[in-house]
Amino acid sequence: MSAAQQGPWAAQRSAQVKEEPAQLAADTEQSALHPTRLGLEVQGLRVVYGDFVAVADTSFRVEPGASFGIVGESGSGKSTVLRAICGLAPLSVGNVQLVAAGTSADAPPNPGSKPFRRLVQMVFQDPYGSLHPRQTVDRILSEPLVIHGIKDEQNRIERALDDVGLGGGFRFRYPHQLSGGQRQRVALARALILQPQVLLLDEPTSALDASVQAEVLNLLEDLRERMGLTFIMVSHDLAVVTHLCDQILVMQRGRAVERVSATDLAARRVHQDYTRTLMQASGGFVRVNP
Amino acid sequence: MTATPPPTANPNDPILVVEDLHVAYPNRDGVLVDVVRGVSFTLGRERLGLVGESGSGKSQTGRAILGLTAPGGIVTARRLEFRGIDLLHCTPAQRRQMRGGRIAMVLQDPKYSLNPVMTIGAQVVESLRAHAKLSKREARQRALAALRAVQIEDAERVFALYPHEVSGGMGQRAMIAMMLIANPELLIADEPTSALDVTVQLEVLALLDTLVAQSGMGLIFISHDLHLVSSFCDRVLVMYAGKIVEEIAATDLANAKHAYTRGLLGCLPQLGQSRHPLPVLDRQAEWSL
Repeated sequence: MSAAQQGPWAAQRSAQVKEEPAQLAADTEQSALHPTRLGLEVQGLRVVYGDFVAVADTSFRVEPGASFGIVGESGSGKSTVLRAICGLAPLSVGNVQLVAAGTSADAPPNPGSKPFRRLVQMVFQDPYGSLHPRQTVDRILSEPLVIHGIKDEQNRIERALDDVGLGGGFRFRYPHQLSGGQRQRVALARALILQPQVLLLDEPTSALDASVQAEVLNLLEDLRERMGLTFIMVSHDLAVVTHLCDQILVMQRGRAVERVSATDLAARRVHQDYTRTLMQASGGFVRVNP
Repeated sequence: MTATPPPTANPNDPILVVEDLHVAYPNRDGVLVDVVRGVSFTLGRERLGLVGESGSGKSQTGRAILGLTAPGGIVTARRLEFRGIDLLHCTPAQRRQMRGGRIAMVLQDPKYSLNPVMTIGAQVVESLRAHAKLSKREARQRALAALRAVQIEDAERVFALYPHEVSGGMGQRAMIAMMLIANPELLIADEPTSALDVTVQLEVLALLDTLVAQSGMGLIFISHDLHLVSSFCDRVLVMYAGKIVEEIAATDLANAKHAYTRGLLGCLPQLGQSRHPLPVLDRQAEWSL
């Protein structure tokens, strides 16, 4: 990239990098950034908007490296849980805490702190709405690096694009020049470029076609294995969640109804009527009297 | 023209004949690009599914039949006949008469397709009085009956509500009521349940199913969801890049021949099946030829 192409951002970036101490300079490897894998624990979470209780007393623990799914219909509070974890929704009561694997000397960062915001990244539902329409992929991907004062942008952007299977050819395109699947890959790259430990996925495939959904699901699975990520995924689609997650929390009207493992769900060993209703619904339409 | 079919119509005659339908839009350089390329099918009193991914031309096909192609779009066909009426050479007035009266369409999202500044009741009444000469009082009674027919229990209350005051499922019921009130012979449902929650989705489908079975109308069900369509329809047309690549009986879907249909079925995660990684669609250039 030439200096002219960088424009006013170049100056801002270099200024930011200078201010930042050299603590992140040598972090070419994931382990250098945070040595242990991180999970996440939510205790007694409650989110209230005015008189409306969006989420009531929800608790769960996601072990480091695990993949956790939250299923529910609209209004069940499933997205609000994710938004409360990363600080986008007001948390009126309750506790969100990262948990480290094994015994670690230093405690994981607290919610709201800058390291927490780097380690916990979110991918949104609609890639048509979550990417800035007037920014190139390069600019979209460099913004988190600027915010967190991470150097070595060139290489990191290229590597992030490679990680999500896009390659350098997409770097200077605008979102409208990409397909839905490619856009969601850019959104994923934007989250991964900060080398997070926990990825919050809010309906990452529901705006995509079935064939593109399969590609993105495979990519997510592959990334999790390669980078040792912890996933918390929200979806209305029971089959998608069961495919990607080991543990599933079913939510209804702001409350956790049932926690079930993917194997139990696949074998239809569930205890709550509501979970059964959801399972039945995902099986398609059944004519009562043909 | 009245809302009821002419007495001469034989019930076994096809309701709709589409032969070699093309829809083209000009691109930025003014060159026409076909988005529907030679679609042909006949529809009787049946439930026909039209399935494809985004950009396959399924919605454009439905809109062309109704005469709702966006300005600039050009519709051509060898034959496009509804009950023997040539739709391509109708006057706009004739088309208006048919639209909503004899051919109706249910759209995807009640949030965007209902008029936000009219009460639900007023909208149902409007669609009724556009096609039948009725007093206000009679129209109101008919509209309330239609709302009850789509299993809205508190019809009087819902009649006076605005679209933003009702849930998605309720809005979609109201839209179905509005579309079925003139007793159409053909209903085009374009993703009627995609914006709804899964459990509500099934309720709305069951309702649509009963109403279609009762009145014996033809139904074109447009959707991206191959499994849903196959569980609901009698016959499925699979579209890819503006063409029908396969026609198959819904019960026979497991034996689909075209690689695209099979790929589309295979790439969906299924409860109780553990496949890692999921098979992905390997798009062949010859599919879109």
